[in-house]
Amino acid sequence: MLAAVLTSFRQSVIFVCYHFRLLCIKLVLHRKTIYEKAFLCGRKAIGTLVIRDLTRKITSKLFLVNKIMATNRTGAAQRPNGATQGKICQFKLVLLGESAVGKSSLVLRFVKGQFHEYQESTIGAAFLTQTICLDDTTVKFEIWDTAGQERYHSLAPMYYRGAQAAIVVYDITNQDTFGRAKTWVKELQRQASPTIVIALAGNKQDLANKRMVEYEEAQTYADENGLLFMETSAKTAMNVNDIFLAIAKKLPKNEQTSGQGGSAQGRRLAEGDAGAKAPGNCCK
Amino acid sequence: MDEEYDCIVLGTGLKECILSGMLSVSGKKVLHVDRNKYYGGESASICPLEELFSKFAAAPPDESYGRGRDWNVDLIPKFLMANGSLVKLLIHTGVTRYLEFKSVEGSYVYKGGKIAKVPVDQKEALASDLMGVFEKRRFRNFLVYVQDFQADDPKTWKDFDPNTQNMQALYEKYSLDKNTQDFTGHALALHRDDSYLNRPAIETVNRIKLYSESLARYGKSPYLYPMYGLGELPQGFARLSAIYGGTYMLDKPIDEIVLGEGGRVVGVRSGNEIAKCKQVYCDPTYVPDKVHKKGKVIRCICLLDHPIANTKDALSTQIIIPQKQVGRSSDIYVSVVSYTHQVAAKGWFIAMVSTTVETDNPEVEIKPGLDLLGTIRQKFVSVSDYFEPTDDGLQSQIFISQSYDATTHFETTCLDVLDIFKRGTGEEFDFSKIKHELGDEEQ
Repeated sequence: MLAAVLTSFRQSVIFVCYHFRLLCIKLVLHRKTIYEKAFLCGRKAIGTLVIRDLTRKITSKLFLVNKIMATNRTGAAQRPNGATQGKICQFKLVLLGESAVGKSSLVLRFVKGQFHEYQESTIGAAFLTQTICLDDTTVKFEIWDTAGQERYHSLAPMYYRGAQAAIVVYDITNQDTFGRAKTWVKELQRQASPTIVIALAGNKQDLANKRMVEYEEAQTYADENGLLFMETSAKTAMNVNDIFLAIAKKLPKNEQTSGQGGSAQGRRLAEGDAGAKAPGNCCK
Repeated sequence: MDEEYDCIVLGTGLKECILSGMLSVSGKKVLHVDRNKYYGGESASICPLEELFSKFAAAPPDESYGRGRDWNVDLIPKFLMANGSLVKLLIHTGVTRYLEFKSVEGSYVYKGGKIAKVPVDQKEALASDLMGVFEKRRFRNFLVYVQDFQADDPKTWKDFDPNTQNMQALYEKYSLDKNTQDFTGHALALHRDDSYLNRPAIETVNRIKLYSESLARYGKSPYLYPMYGLGELPQGFARLSAIYGGTYMLDKPIDEIVLGEGGRVVGVRSGNEIAKCKQVYCDPTYVPDKVHKKGKVIRCICLLDHPIANTKDALSTQIIIPQKQVGRSSDIYVSVVSYTHQVAAKGWFIAMVSTTVETDNPEVEIKPGLDLLGTIRQKFVSVSDYFEPTDDGLQSQIFISQSYDATTHFETTCLDVLDIFKRGTGEEFDFSKIKHELGDEEQ
């Protein structure tokens, strides 16, 4: 009984948080237009300053809410002050999918909590990391974005190499991208490690009124192929953390698989590595 | 494809990929095209093994070779000097994050029909069986001189001007005999022939320093080799280029390089599509009329199911056969990598014997190298022409790289790339441009 009350209480908290967030987003977007207007009028009005102050407060709240939601999502087992003493597992995760389905947006939302309506085609940052705490384990994702190389079927084999997880993304408002997603899944099954964890993400869920790919259709396909499946929205953040979390849970966390960046295989080169040489080799 | 670019790069060999990366990082709009449907051109690693066998028109491999997908066989053998220019490029551009390396386990030199470990420090010099007792002491003194040598501090030159006096003179100063000179010049300084003896000594001294500094970085040997083969290198730089906005198209035949007024390049045509550009960067195979043949390189890929004798069962090694030891005028190189680098199935080794061709019967020329390998399960021989561009490209704005030479490391590769970049852009590559951005990117 108590548990049920608690659960419903938690759910309502999440509900409230979620809507508060949406409100904040609206306000933030609104702020931009106010700025623009003020700029156009050439008015350095005190009023806008106040508004800016206000919005800043709201944005910081927004950030907090984000955090609360994140902790809520990571599951009840995690203690608020949870010192993550457990082991750290690092995984290479690759994103795949047709151009403009929102691969970079998903990562940006997951890693930085940001969303840009007019996200440029991927330039600059295509190698991001983010950690998730899972009970006693810290899962570190090394996330590889395609850097646009998928556009003319020019993704290098290196991209799949050693990937332990993949998110194949399609756009729920575009049937073709779902077809392409299936091709990417086949490509992964052919090229990547046989133990790779694949998740299918139907992105742009916020545009569900323009939906062209039915939820059930994708779910059936995912079930048939043993994929994780969620519809996501990088814009509203819906299911973004969840899909990464689901992958983190499914990944094997024994010692062998966590050696990605480590010395189990080869070594990564870094500047000033000279100091890192093994003492045994030093014969001076 | 029908767009306008600053630069179009043709071919995805290592040199072209590094150039493409550097150009994109410098803010240029780059289109990078390859006629093949895979990255790497000549610097690709062939996977699966069946593909390698069919490339050389051999009967398919039997089951003893394990899974074909476990193989990544390089067509051109090379190692990275741990402190060399390619490693610097990799680190400065951040491409190193996409790659993992292993240290090559041993570096050997051939003398009188046998191989011996290349001595690099004083301790090893004294223990080496390459030299007699008195010669060891002289060689040790020479090594100390090189170690203390600072190009910008004449006090360390010890009454010898390395900028005007030649290497022969430096050898004579330390009374090193012909044998010692041979392995110093060829196995430490990695010269391909003896012409260095008459050039200023500074060049060789710096090369020996590079060797010992490289050795100091990761131990065992000065060489590094990337996991999954050398084909990973061009892919890594291509990714860098893509991250900075470069557009990639594989499997795209190039039918014409379109020239405009004064023979200047204006675009590249593929079928009915024309991509406009101000510059073209390419390998010799895309412009056969703008390159000339300078020589030939023979490379022999040998698949072995055992390590090389007398290398302490090393899983990777390099053996240099100095020219004089076998009566030649250019060295023979043997490089060995194995399953530990994920380039072969469990238990397998890939040895590559290569040299600059000097006669009409190149296969006979590499025999001393093959003889070191023991039983060879499968052998693939290729003789390729070595091309150089006929001009510097400033007039036509078509900048052509040289073919890959017989050296076993990437130093000449990097020199060529940096030189092309300078000719094409009129400036040296600014490493600081990229480091700043990388700082932002890391979480």
